[in-house]
Amino acid sequence: MKDVNVLMVGVGGQGVILASDAVAEIGMNAGYDVKKTDSLGMAQRGGSVVSNVRWGQKVFSPMIKKGEVDFLVSFEEVEAARWASYLKPGGVAIVADEVVIPISAMSGAIPYPGWEEIKAALAHYTDRIYLVPATRIGKEVKNPKALNMVLMGALAAFMDLDDEIWLEDIRRKVPPKFLDSSLEAFHKGTKETKSMKQKGVSK
Amino acid sequence: MKQLLSGNEAMALGAYHAGIGFATAYPGTPSTEILQYIAGLRGVYTEWSINEKVALEVGMGAAYGGVRTLVSMKHVGLNVAADPFFALATTGTNAGIVVISCDDPGEHSSQGEQDNRHLAKMAKVPMLEPSDSQEAYDLMAHAFKISEEFDTPVLFRSTTRVSHCKSVVNSTGERPTDLRKPGFLRSAAKYVMVPSYARLRRLVMEERIARLRAWVEDFPMNEMILGNRKLGVISSGVGYQYAREIFEDASFLKLVTTYPIPANLVRKFAAQVERVIVVEELDPYLEEEVRLLGIKVAGKEFIPIIGELNPEIVEAGAVKAGILPAKHTSLRDVPAMKIPPRRPQLCAGCPHVGPEVILKKLGFDSRIKPSATPRPLSEKEMVINADIGCYTLGVYEPIGALDTCACMGASIGNALGLEKAGIPNKTVAVIGDSTFMHSGITGLIDMVFKQSTGTVIILDNGTTAMTGGQGHPGTGFSIKGEKGPKVQLEKLCEGIGIKDIQIVSSYDLAGIEAAIKRSLKAEEPSVIIVRGPCVLREKFRQTPRQVDFDLCAGCHDCLEIGCPAICVADDKVRIDAAVCVGCGVCEQVCPQGAIVEMKS
Repeated sequence: MKDVNVLMVGVGGQGVILASDAVAEIGMNAGYDVKKTDSLGMAQRGGSVVSNVRWGQKVFSPMIKKGEVDFLVSFEEVEAARWASYLKPGGVAIVADEVVIPISAMSGAIPYPGWEEIKAALAHYTDRIYLVPATRIGKEVKNPKALNMVLMGALAAFMDLDDEIWLEDIRRKVPPKFLDSSLEAFHKGTKETKSMKQKGVSK
Repeated sequence: MKQLLSGNEAMALGAYHAGIGFATAYPGTPSTEILQYIAGLRGVYTEWSINEKVALEVGMGAAYGGVRTLVSMKHVGLNVAADPFFALATTGTNAGIVVISCDDPGEHSSQGEQDNRHLAKMAKVPMLEPSDSQEAYDLMAHAFKISEEFDTPVLFRSTTRVSHCKSVVNSTGERPTDLRKPGFLRSAAKYVMVPSYARLRRLVMEERIARLRAWVEDFPMNEMILGNRKLGVISSGVGYQYAREIFEDASFLKLVTTYPIPANLVRKFAAQVERVIVVEELDPYLEEEVRLLGIKVAGKEFIPIIGELNPEIVEAGAVKAGILPAKHTSLRDVPAMKIPPRRPQLCAGCPHVGPEVILKKLGFDSRIKPSATPRPLSEKEMVINADIGCYTLGVYEPIGALDTCACMGASIGNALGLEKAGIPNKTVAVIGDSTFMHSGITGLIDMVFKQSTGTVIILDNGTTAMTGGQGHPGTGFSIKGEKGPKVQLEKLCEGIGIKDIQIVSSYDLAGIEAAIKRSLKAEEPSVIIVRGPCVLREKFRQTPRQVDFDLCAGCHDCLEIGCPAICVADDKVRIDAAVCVGCGVCEQVCPQGAIVEMKS
């Protein structure tokens, strides 16, 4: 089993913690030693959220060393650029096409960068960049909160694990009311990402 | 059972399996989840106490009464509880009592950084430190045994990356079914600390530490891992994990009993390696303990004393110390790209925004640009003393309305001191309801007695919002959600002798302004309660607002409230209907009346 380092980043309120908890549990259920830790900042909402998830034979540090992230899973576009330097050269960047403009950019002092600029920052470290149409999938499954499920689905597209390990954890975590749309979002996330991988759209 | 638990959850489960019957705490990052986890288990009395001092005093009472007790708090919480902590160290206990201090290196969510390991030594209390969740779980059983065997509280010290890190825990224990019956053992010489008895207890304390010094030598969870003998790393807590990651083949001595340390074990380890270093977060605590043994040791020369460690920092330190070669790194420079920072901010519709916007208006001369250089106040400006809570975020631009914030409850004392010192400006104190209950009320009583003419603004959002919405006496809800008697803020203030009390809605900007102006003129202490529930808790939602572009003059006054729902796109101010909760604060600050309810 290969060690896996996943850095999940986003904005408070986007469901990063639930998703990173799930990814950690899935690693454990797949037989790995696992550690995960979150940085939340001070308020419940609006600040950057960063979750380190590590799967391995034996994991010591809960924090991933800069330059050793295998999968950067970003729930928001500019957050991907903020954490790009943590990527291992040639690592995978999975980015949701979501934009949450920070207060500092609202007055326009440092404008919010466009995707091409963000992509260029990521391209500095890797050419495996996948912009996931999370907004569209959220609409399709009629659950905009399923963003985290879409991204877990996208991540699953790169992991050599039985789908059932992922689904079992989601079923346990998500309230019944949102379960169907969550599972659908997960599957769509996987499907879209697999198709991007095959087409090689990031090149 | 194998499960993924955070350090906090593991400590809680460990204590549960150790047979605690009592758990108290005051919420504070990174410690809050400990009591929350216990509250979900059966058979333990749990309470959010009014503050950490009371939490420990209540916990002491329970332990005196023969019930195993867990008391948890953040590092600065132990400052508040230091008095009973030292007292408990003196009296000792009846049943086991463990005090958890969760330190916050790097101040993720704290007003200061401090290394509470010093407090164990200062209070002469044994200290245990886990380095991951499994150890946190396993260690808790030992902690209670030590407490009872040595008649002492135990300081159980964690840090953010232990408390807030999830790792795999195999919980092998089970909760005992034959818990001791509660009962107090009368002994004035043990529990009544008049000087003559306290002097006797001092002898007991020294004798206790001497016994502990011998006892920790054989403690099974201190661990020596002998690898390459060129380098020996002594470490504890999460620092150990980083060290294992970076110094792959070195020898290690992991200590979980960090006060007292097992001196002979340390000597034995040092004798087997060529060079001894200590990797630890914050102060050179272990380093100094090791040095006191006459061992040549280094640590803080290359491991920072400030902030959290991580693998890169430890690696950079190792390079600096010449332990690792200057690495041929594959790391690349970050491309030159300006990324807008994302600071924490008050929520859309947060009830704190209105009052803070008014305080900015009344207290700050709008012609003077904010600057990092200290400056004298102009005549009409006010000193705004704030406190600990979400509202402290009002210090940041664009609101930028605060002058001081020191520690829990300090706003009121600070305001009184500034007034009595005779500064020419008016002063106000701004404090949340939970912080007021924690330690604001004592300052307010002092204000009444000292015939202050100050103004205290209590932002009453009906919860302890910053830490995730815990109840307090003003909410009337217990940690388990049970409804109880409610301490009414206005009655409490009235009871201590405040006559000038005004209550205004947090969304009524004109009302807040009028109330503050009125209180500032009063020749007596005044309280203004600005009331409006936390939007995260009450799910407040009214018709979202929108901008009428025909009326908008582009003055951007609405951006000054720092609302996450308002932004400028294509040179136009826009309100995101998905984020806006319809609080109407922006509508009230718009001079053109260009912000209106959204038409469906």
